[in-house]
Amino acid sequence: MAVNTETIDAVEKATKDYKYGFITDIETEFAPKGLSEDIVKFISKKNDEPTWLLAWRLEAYRKWLKMNNEEPKWANIHFPEIDFQDAYYYAAPKTDAEKPKSLDEIDPEILSTYNKLGIPIKEQEMLAGIAGSGNVAVDAVFDSVSVATTFKSKLSELGIIFCPISEAVKEHPDLVKKYLGSVVPQTDNFYAALNSAVYSDGSFVYIPEGVRCPMDLSTYFRINAAETGQFERTLIIADKGSYVSYLEGCTAPMRDENQLHAAVVELVALDDAEIKYSTVQNWYPGDENGKGGIYNFVTKRGACRGVNSKISWTQVETGSAITWKYPSVLLQGDNSVGEFYSVAISNKKQQADTGTKMIHIGKNTKSTIISKGISAGYGQQTYRGLVRMQAGADNATNFSQCDSLLIGKNCGGHTVPYIDSRNPTSQVAHEATTSKISDEQLFYVQQRGLNPEEAVALIVNGFAKEVLKKLPMEFAVEAQKLLGVSLEGSVG
Amino acid sequence: MGTALEIKDLHVEVDKKEILKGLSLKIEHGEMAAIMGPNGAGKSTLASILAGKEGYDVTRGSIEYLGKNLLEMSTEDRASAGVFLAFQYPVEIPGVATSTFVRTALNAQRRSRGEEELDAMEFLKLARQRAKELEMSEDFFQRAVNVGFSGGEKKRAEVFQMSMLSPNLAILDETDSGLDIDALKIVAEGVNKLRDNKLSGIVITHYQRLLDYLQPDTVHILAEGKIIKTGDKSLALKLEEKGYQGITEAN
Ligand SMILES: Nc1ncnc2c1ncn2[C@@H]1O[C@H](COP(=O)(O)OP(=O)(O)OP(=O)(O)O)[C@@H](O)[C@H]1O
Ligand SMILES: [Mg+2]
Repeated sequence: MAVNTETIDAVEKATKDYKYGFITDIETEFAPKGLSEDIVKFISKKNDEPTWLLAWRLEAYRKWLKMNNEEPKWANIHFPEIDFQDAYYYAAPKTDAEKPKSLDEIDPEILSTYNKLGIPIKEQEMLAGIAGSGNVAVDAVFDSVSVATTFKSKLSELGIIFCPISEAVKEHPDLVKKYLGSVVPQTDNFYAALNSAVYSDGSFVYIPEGVRCPMDLSTYFRINAAETGQFERTLIIADKGSYVSYLEGCTAPMRDENQLHAAVVELVALDDAEIKYSTVQNWYPGDENGKGGIYNFVTKRGACRGVNSKISWTQVETGSAITWKYPSVLLQGDNSVGEFYSVAISNKKQQADTGTKMIHIGKNTKSTIISKGISAGYGQQTYRGLVRMQAGADNATNFSQCDSLLIGKNCGGHTVPYIDSRNPTSQVAHEATTSKISDEQLFYVQQRGLNPEEAVALIVNGFAKEVLKKLPMEFAVEAQKLLGVSLEGSVG
Repeated sequence: MGTALEIKDLHVEVDKKEILKGLSLKIEHGEMAAIMGPNGAGKSTLASILAGKEGYDVTRGSIEYLGKNLLEMSTEDRASAGVFLAFQYPVEIPGVATSTFVRTALNAQRRSRGEEELDAMEFLKLARQRAKELEMSEDFFQRAVNVGFSGGEKKRAEVFQMSMLSPNLAILDETDSGLDIDALKIVAEGVNKLRDNKLSGIVITHYQRLLDYLQPDTVHILAEGKIIKTGDKSLALKLEEKGYQGITEAN
C-alpha cells in the first residue's frame, strides 16, 4: 500500500504546529563539518546506497533548506540556538585508538549507575564504548555468538526480516522503498526532514502475513544500540494478521558526546496486525546545573493502516537534558486501536515536553492515553497531547488520563491536552490529576525501614505502575530500578 | 530484664509551640505500657518523635533506646533497630501492593541488620501465616497500601505489618479505634502473641476494652505535654469511672 493522500493530509494537519528548530555546537573529531548536498552524497556513498535513496535524501535536504526559517517556539522548553552549519553530520565509527581504554576513563557517576542497575562489567564496557569491548559484549549478552546466530536463523525461518536498515535497503529494496517516509513524510517537521537527509542507520523489521514474532525483538537491539548514531531511522512493518513486540533502548545511561539526537521511527500495521513498541530512554541528562546532556528530538509515528489493526507505544523516559517527542498513531483502518502509555521523569534541570497524537480517521477506532509525569529537582515537564476525531470517525472513542507527580518545590508539571472533534458520534474523555509526594507518605514508608531514596522510588513506582505493567517483563524490572536511580538526590 | 526505652525531661516544639513539656517515661524489656490522655495532649506527637518524624524541635531532654541515643538515629535505622509505629491515621500509597510494600520493608530491615533477605516464596509463606492468625483475607496482599481500606481494615493492616516486621518496641497509636468488637479481640491476640517474643509496647488508647485484652503492666496518663500520673491497670479503670477531670483533681 502506498502513502495515500489522506495520510499525508492528516499528518500535515495534525502536525502543522509541531515543527521545531535548533542550533548546536557539536564537537566530534569527524569531519567534514556543516551540511550541504555534498555531505548528503558523502553519507549515501559511505553506506553504498542505490541512486533512488540518494535522490530521496537530496529531496529531503532541499525541503529542509526551505524549512530553515520555520522554527516556531511552541514547546515549553528552553535551550540556546544552534548553528547547523557548525555541526558534523557524519561520524565514522571510532577507531580503538580513539576510544576510552578502560572503565577508569569513564565518568564515575555513569559507572555508579551501571552498578546500581546490576549491569555486568563486560556489558558496562560495551555500553561505555571501551576499545575492543564489542565482541566480548556480544558474548556476554548472548553467552556465545552461536546463540545470536540461532536467534537470527529462527527468525528468518519464519520469514521475519530484522536487520540494520542500511542492509534492508540492499536486500529488500522494494519494501523499504514502499514504506520509507510513508508515515512520517520528509516535510513532516524540521527534524524529520533533517533526519531523512542525513540519517546514519537504524533498524528494519518486516513481519510477514499471519506470523506472530515468537520473541521480543530486544536483546539483539541492545547490542546495536551502543553504536547507534545521532540520526537514527527505524521502520517496522507488520503485514496482515501479524504481531511483533519491539523493545528499544537500554536502561543504562549511554555515553555519547553527541548533543542532538533526531531520530525517526515509522510503524505500519496492516489488516489485523499488531505492533507493540516499548522504549526505555536513559540518555545522559546533564548535571545538576543543566550542563551537558542529550537533546532528544524524536518523531515517532505509527499508522494503523489496516482494519482491526493495533499499535501501542509504551515509553519510560528518564534521561536526556531535553526530551521532545510525541509518539503518535494514525487510526486509519476501521476498528483500529491506538495506545500510548508513558512514564517520564524530569529531575535536576531536565526538561521534557512529551505526549502523543491520536488521529482518528476510520470508524469505530479507539485510543487510550495514560501519561504519568514525574518532576523533581528543578525539572520541568509538560504533557502535550492531541486527540482528533476526523469527520469520518464514526463512533470513535478516546480515553486519556494524565497524572503529574511533583517532588519538591522547585519543579513544574504541566498538562496541555488538545481535543479536536469533528464527528458528533465520537467520544473523548480526559482526566488529569496533579499530586505531590507528601511528608506523611515519606515518613510512613521510612518508618517501615526504607531510606529516603528507596521510599521515593517505591512511591514513584506505585504512581507509574499502570504504565510499567505494560512493559515486557524483563524491561519492566530494569525500568523499576531505573526510576529509583533517576530520582536520586531528589529528597532529603 | 533491663530498660528498653528511657525518655527524660523531653521538651518538644512544633512551629515554636511547645507540645511536650518535660515528659519522662521508662519502659522495661517486655513491658506493655498504656498511655491515655485527653485529645490534643501530645500522645501522637510522642509517638512521632519516637519513630523519627521530621518537623519537631526537641529543645530539651533525651531518649535512650536499647542503650543508644534514639534522637540521633535516622527514621529507617530506628525501624531496623526494631521500632514500629502503628499509625493513628495510616497513610495511602497508591499503586504499591501491600505485599510488595511489606516485603520491601522487611528486606530493607534485614539488609541493614546484615541478615539474609527473604525470597518471594518464603515471604509469601510467612505472610499467609500471619494473615491467617489475624483472620484476614489474603485479598488485601494485592491491594494498594491502605487505598480504599475501611477504617478498621487500615488498623488491622497495621497490625499485620507489625507482625511481619516483628519489632522490639511497638507503638500502637489508637489502633483500637475503628475496630469492631471481634476485630479488636483478634488484633489484641495478635499483639499478645508477639509479646511472647519480648516485645515492649506503648499502647495509646482512649478505651478500657483493649486494655482488658492486653493487660498492660503500667498505665500512664499524659496531659498537657507530660506524664501526670502512673499506675497499674487499675488506673485505667479508675479513669473510666471518673474521667480525666476526676483523676487530675484527685491528684
Ligand atoms: N504540625 C503541627 N502544627 C501545629 N500544631 C500541632 C502539630 N502537630 C500537633 N500539633 C498540636 O499538638 C497538640 C498535640 O497533638 P497530638 O496529635 O499529639 O495529640 P493526641 O494526644 O494524639 O490527641 P488525640 O487523642 O486527639 O489523638 C495538639 O494541640 C495539636 O493540634
Ligand atoms: Mg493522637
